[in-house]
This record gives sequence, C-alpha cells and structure tokens, in this order.
Amino acid sequence: MSLQSVIGSLHDLQDQLTQFREILLANLVMIGEIPAPTSGEEKRIEFLLNRFKEAGLPENSIDECGNGIGVLEGTEGDRSILLNAHADTVFSAKSDHTMQVSSGSIIGPGVADNSLGLAVLATIPYILQEMEIELKNNLVLLGGVQSLGRGDLEGIRFFLDNNDFDFKNALCIEGVELGRLSYTSIGMLRGEITCRVPEMYDWSRFGDASAILTLNEVINKINDIRLPKRPRTSVVMGSIAGGSSFDTIAKEATLGFEVRSESEGVVDDVGKTIQYIAEEVASKTGDEVELDIFARRRPGGIPYAHPMNECARSVMNKLDIEPRLAPSTSELAALIDKEIPALTLGITSGDRIHKMNESVQIEPIYKGLAQIIGILIATDGGFCD
Amino acid sequence: MTDLQNWIDKNTYHHSQFWDLKKLVETKEKHGLTISLCLPTLNEEKTIGKEVILFKSELVNRYPLLDEIAVIDSGSDDNTLEVAKTYGADTYLSADILPDLEPKMGKGENLWKAIHQLKGDIIVYVDADISNIHPRFVYGLVAPLIYREEVKYVKAFYDRPLAVSGGVRNSGGGRVTEILVRPLFSLFFPELTTIIQPLSGEYAVRREVLEQIAFPIGYGVETSHLIDVHHKFGLEAFAQTDLDKRVHENKPTISLGKMSFGILQTFLKRAQALGKFENVDHETILRQFQVTKSQYQQNEISIVEEERPPMIEIEEYRKKFGR
Repeated sequence: MSLQSVIGSLHDLQDQLTQFREILLANLVMIGEIPAPTSGEEKRIEFLLNRFKEAGLPENSIDECGNGIGVLEGTEGDRSILLNAHADTVFSAKSDHTMQVSSGSIIGPGVADNSLGLAVLATIPYILQEMEIELKNNLVLLGGVQSLGRGDLEGIRFFLDNNDFDFKNALCIEGVELGRLSYTSIGMLRGEITCRVPEMYDWSRFGDASAILTLNEVINKINDIRLPKRPRTSVVMGSIAGGSSFDTIAKEATLGFEVRSESEGVVDDVGKTIQYIAEEVASKTGDEVELDIFARRRPGGIPYAHPMNECARSVMNKLDIEPRLAPSTSELAALIDKEIPALTLGITSGDRIHKMNESVQIEPIYKGLAQIIGILIATDGGFCD
Repeated sequence: MTDLQNWIDKNTYHHSQFWDLKKLVETKEKHGLTISLCLPTLNEEKTIGKEVILFKSELVNRYPLLDEIAVIDSGSDDNTLEVAKTYGADTYLSADILPDLEPKMGKGENLWKAIHQLKGDIIVYVDADISNIHPRFVYGLVAPLIYREEVKYVKAFYDRPLAVSGGVRNSGGGRVTEILVRPLFSLFFPELTTIIQPLSGEYAVRREVLEQIAFPIGYGVETSHLIDVHHKFGLEAFAQTDLDKRVHENKPTISLGKMSFGILQTFLKRAQALGKFENVDHETILRQFQVTKSQYQQNEISIVEEERPPMIEIEEYRKKFGR
C-alpha cells in the first residue's frame, strides 16, 4: 500500500468510524467518571487494562510505576509504534465526575484533558480488529500516569527507561484540539514560589505584614525581567493561592509559574534570575520566600520537514483539518529526550478546559480518530521514517 | 410463613456475581429468551443520552444481552426524545401506544404500555434520572431471571450490607420506604419485608407476570406490583440484586408527602381486596401547608391513583401476542 492510497482512503475510514460511536462514547463516559488526580490513576488504569483484555491483547500489564500497557502484536513485529495518552486529570478525586451526554457534546471535568485521549486508547484495539486492520509493527498502547503538574511525566519517563521495545515512532493523543500538531518541545522550567510570614512576626507593625504583599513584590520583579524576543521566551504566571479570609492577614501565598523558551540557556538564566528575586525579597521583607522548581524540559524535536511531520500534514489536509503547529511540554518532551520521532495530536474541539463543565464536541471525533489511524497506518507502512 | 432469613440468603444477590456477561448471554441464548429495556421518561435530557450510550455499547454491541432499548415518554418538553434517538434508542410517546385508550399521565402508564409495545420475554425497567448509570443496572437485574426459571420478578436495591467492616449497619431504603411502606408491610404483608427496597424504580420481570397484574399509573405502581405478584405467585417468584450506589436527585419532603398519599391509596385498595380491611373509604385530596407572609394556608392537591387493568385484558394486546 502506498502513502497515496492510505491518504486516499481516509474519507471512507472516517465514515466507517461512526459505527464505533457508542463503544467509544461509552468508554469516554466510564473513564471520565473515574476520578484520576495525578498519582491517583489506579482505577482508570484498571479499566483500561480490562478493555485491553476484552480486546484479546495477549500482552497487557501494569508496570511498577502504575502505567497501563497493552501490546497489539504486529505481523512482523521487529519494531514498535507507541501510542500514548496520559491518564491523569487536573481534578481532585472529591470533584463530582458525573459526565453529561447531549446530542452533540459530552460535558464533565477532565473530559477533554484527557479522558477522551484515554478513551481513544482503550477503543483503538477494538476498532483495528473490527476493521481488520493488521499492522506489521507492534502497537504498544500506553496509559501513562503521573504526567501533569508535579507528576512531571514520571509515568512515561519510567516506561521509556525500563522497556525493551524498539520504538520507531510515537503518537501522543490529547482530547483537544483537533488540528493540534506538536512535533517539538520547548525548554521549560516549572515551579512554585511560596511566601510565608514567619511565626515570630512582629504584629505591632500594623497592616504591612502579609504573605500576599510579599508575593506581590515577587510577581512585580518577575514581571520586570527583560525577556529576549529571539529566542522566543515567556514567563507564564499560571496560578495563585493564599490567605484564608477577608479580615485575617495572609500567612502564606503561592504562585505557580512556568518559564518557557526555545533556548535551554535562556530558561536556565531566567530560572537563576527568579532565584535571585526570591532571595532578595526574602532579605528585604524578613518573610520566608521559598522557590521550588519541580519540572524541566529540554527543547528539541523533529524538524518541520521530517517525513513523519509531512505525512501527518498530508493526512490532516486530506481530512480538511487545518494543522496548528505548536510546541509542547507534555509527554512529547520525554519521547524527544529519547530521540523517538513523535507527534502530539488532538481528537476534537472542546471548551472550558480545566473547568468543571469542560466539554468536547462529538461530531469531530470521527475525523480526529481517522487522523490518528491514518497516521498510524502510514507510520506502519514506513512512510514516516 | 416462609423462613424469611432463609429466603433472603437464597434470593439476594450482588451484581458482581454476574460479571461474566459472555456466560450470561450464552445462557440467555440457550433458553431462547429476548430482553427489552424500557426507560420511562419525562424531561430527562440531562441523563438519558448517557444511559442509552452505555447500554447500547455494553449490552447490545459488545454483549448482546438486550434485544431492544426503548424510551417511553410522557410528553417531555425538553430534548429527551431527540437525545435518546440520536444514540439509537427506539423512542415512543406514551400517548401513541394503544391510541384508542384515553391517555393518562404518569410513570406507571409508560411502564404498562411498554408491555404492549416491547417484544421481549423479559422487560427490564430502569429510571432515566440515574447519573451514575452503569451496565450493572441491567445485567444485575436480568441475570437471576436468566439463570433461574422459577424467578419471575427481580427488584433492585442500593446498599451493600455485606461490605461493612466492623459491625452492623442499617440497610435501609429511602424515607418513604422506612416510614410508610415497611411498617405497612410489617403489619399486613410480613413476607414482603424481605424486599430491601420495595420502592426502587428498577426491576426486571417476565412478560407472563407483567401481563397479569394491574398498573397504578402514579406513585403506587411499585407497591402494587409487590402485593399483586406476591399474591399470585408467592414470595418464591421474587429475587433482589444489590446494584451498589445509585445517584439521583433527592426529592424534598413535601414531594414525599404526595408520593406517600398515592402509595397509601394503592395499598388500601389492595389490602381491602385481599380481606385485610373491611371498609377503606377515603378522600383523594392531600392537604399540605404553605406559609405566605402572615398567613398559614392549606394547599389542596388532588391525587387519585388511577389504575390500568392487567394488559392481558386488553384485546389489542391479546391479538398482538397471540394470547
């Protein structure tokens, strides 16, 4: 089969995939209703493994880190393709994980990031079998744990460090957005700055003792850091928390931030500057200012002209999906570190990401799925090497 | 009277006992049974889609336990029917079934008309407002009917008394069950106290039983079923399955008053027919209180528990099913 014939069959593929609607959506609902905060993904992985077993995958297991792994053996089987979706969500186990299904969408916490990605992973073996699609290479399905936030890609890194497969390519599946095409990782440093008013603070200093004010000082100074235009660099101030009520001076305040840059050196420089800022503010205010950096990524990836990238764009173009090129700091970074050519792709469009009423559109899912299977077949056929 | 504890031990299941769906489907096919799922609805657009998708995927496509999934609607003014249809359920307006009969409003009406409309040898009824819906709500109920020929009526309950560590916990139903129905059954039908949740809206029943019992169209349908099936077929016809947790919207106490009023009417009618009481003439107006500014007002609500006769008495049904 040529690449042209793979691409030529994509519209038929998309039409045929509608027959798997109930199975895929049922998997999505059932997975979505299992809470999976980072480091608490066991039950989701158990569900995933049950699906792998039901699909008759001869090899399926949970590794020491808690990742769920299934292997669909290829007809030749010398090399392998990795299909990965992270299992964790940003929502706590206490959140109400009820999914709501309407005619055109599914709503619920984590449905887009990344219950849909995991549901696709759970359904793919069934789809391939029903459509009698046989791959030459082994297809390794990985439901990765401890990916988000402080998890820092622990699951996929453990898997990549400890497996015996010879991976030729990898695809990472994210629920949203359809059209996403990530093939590079940017340099990144993720951390928290926590300001605390010391226990022995002199409370006679009326009004000026607040961890929030101290954190405000830190934020202003970070904001004043002069960032280069080239290589492109930014500091994302992503979250803030602190204090307990209107009338009580805040004793603790925390900023969550990320430094992102195309250059690893710039990331390191900005990181050092933030360290100096923390020390300076601590010494000036007498408050405790703690900097905790818990995640780093190195920039890298495959070039724009890489065959895998070209192949993905051809598939997307044929399916009328407009590719949106964006670097990633997710699992792709771990694959890049291992020099495995890899892409991150989205399945459908969604709204209100990381809110309790997060939603995904159902109709575009078939297109997103056709895209994944199309690229998978092309990769298997050797058109992405 | 039956040894009640012995009956409970023998006829009370947990859904996990029926996890092997492949075996369940094989046994169903061996016995040549057909099974219909009925979802009675009235404005359930928020939950119906999920129910249809899950049952279709797991119990039609993967494991063909169900032969049809039908939504029977009382006339929703939201998108209940549209959503259900989108995901492949057969959808019916209750008023369109047996159209020569004057339509009545109520869940019991939908359940009764399902007997005529649906084709299964077994009909399983599941409420459409369950937000934690799962295939166990169906296979947990039909399995005792598939595996045991003598069982005719399987009722759901939602507790797990066996899983409690370190002692005994009351395993109860809702407020109306514990305050009204259980005391009444204890007084007049003690064998029925073995049913852990007599008012649960989920049950699976053989057609031969359904067609022979009357259907109150309102609140009393579950209570009447238990009394009538017990009277006609005895306690041995029943089984019950623990389906774990059921999440749905809780009703305010004032609504439970209306429900109790309807149930009492049904109960009294049957208790009299079975010779438990001599004279049970009663009103059909429920009087509840409401306060407006400085005034206490009585709110009068007419609740008449109308009933549909056993389906076997309907000529069109007898023709359709060759009875």
